[in-house]
Amino acid sequence: MGLTIKINKKMNGFRLDAEWEIGNELAVLFGYSGAGKSLTLQMITGLMKPDDGTIRLNEKTLFDSACNIDLLPRERSFGYVFQDLALFPHMSVWENIVYGAHGLSKTERKHQAEDMIDRFKLVGSVNKYPSEISGGQKQRVALARALIRRPDALLLDEPFSALDNPLRIEMQQLLKEIRREFPIPIVFVTHDVLEAHELADRIIVYANGSVIQSGTPIEVFTKPATSEVDILVNTRSRLRQAVETLPCTTVLP
Amino acid sequence: MADDTLLFSLKLSLQVAAIATVFVMVVGLSAAYLLSRKNFPGKELLDILLTLPLVLPPTVTGYYLIVLFGRNGLFGRHLYAWTGWSIMFTWYAAVLASFVVALPLMVKTARAAIESVDENLIRASYTLGHSEYWTALKVILPLAKKGIIAGTILSFARAMGEFGATLMIAGNIPGRTNTMPLAIYSAAGSGDRSQATVMVIVFTLISGLFLYIANKLSRRIL
Repeated sequence: MGLTIKINKKMNGFRLDAEWEIGNELAVLFGYSGAGKSLTLQMITGLMKPDDGTIRLNEKTLFDSACNIDLLPRERSFGYVFQDLALFPHMSVWENIVYGAHGLSKTERKHQAEDMIDRFKLVGSVNKYPSEISGGQKQRVALARALIRRPDALLLDEPFSALDNPLRIEMQQLLKEIRREFPIPIVFVTHDVLEAHELADRIIVYANGSVIQSGTPIEVFTKPATSEVDILVNTRSRLRQAVETLPCTTVLP
Repeated sequence: MADDTLLFSLKLSLQVAAIATVFVMVVGLSAAYLLSRKNFPGKELLDILLTLPLVLPPTVTGYYLIVLFGRNGLFGRHLYAWTGWSIMFTWYAAVLASFVVALPLMVKTARAAIESVDENLIRASYTLGHSEYWTALKVILPLAKKGIIAGTILSFARAMGEFGATLMIAGNIPGRTNTMPLAIYSAAGSGDRSQATVMVIVFTLISGLFLYIANKLSRRIL
């Protein structure tokens, strides 16, 4: 059970070569912007095709270049939250959420939508349009829309990166609740080390299109596999070092 | 008699433009969707062919239509052999001419509108389990509505004012194919200034009224 990927892709001089496996846990893909994290998500959902490799979700093969298997995005059961959330501007909150309930019967759709509205505290906003609600509400609509059809896995592409700090913390709590209530693999992309530390059951560290370490936060933070990982995760201790050396340089003529 | 000509040509013009616009919407929207979202061999050629009537003199477009649909034309020949009927010099030909010259306006505006729809919204629809057809219907077309309405208004106006290509393949037969622009041409050519003036005023008023309604309508919908 879980999500297993082994993908290879060359494009515009960039090479992605990633391989990892996660269970029903919250995995954070962590690394600098441009390391290939979002690209990995797009290939998992089928929005982009790897050159070769395999992608499996709960024993189901979604992509296998050797066997010529490449399911369409709509045939893969993922909840995907885009970086810009991609809420439909011409649909109300209710319509946005119900739009995610593809394949459910009409009564089931209504029932699930009401459940999601309740769970994500959107009761007063069902008839509003995305342009009329707050940033936090937009986040919750995007999560509700992604989860309403009970996907087999949830993928989030830096959804909180544009939020101010209090709201970001609120969303992180919400995501932890989701993790408790939905026993599915959750993949969360971020370049924020604090966020990675706060949320992850497992951290998968990306650099230049490759996975350079995968492990629990404690493993990655205390035993970085390479100096590259050390630089990525220990930004704060490096900052302290830099500050400590400052007075020496200022006394120089 | 003069009033008869006016009423008949006005009714015919509206009828021709309305029917041509229905075809323009179906064909133009499909073509705009294909050109904006698909890659296929001959795409450039299709784009050029659909745009040409916009820049060619209507007489050239009309001549091509004769070559294609005339009694001895490429397609018209077979149609005539089967049915003994030809589209030439019927009001259907006026519809065909209006359709061909109005089509590029729809394709251009609708294509620009479809291309301006945020790609992430389309991808979101796919990841939510929806097919391409459903996504086009529920996400792309509603978000491109403004451009599609504009394209429809422009097409109708262009179809209504079509003259050159219509003259070439539908002729200017009183009581059969004389749409208003053609009737005005006849009246002016035969020196009947008073009738020409009346028709010009009526045509201008009706076009203006139509644009006014279209503006109001689009402001309410958008």
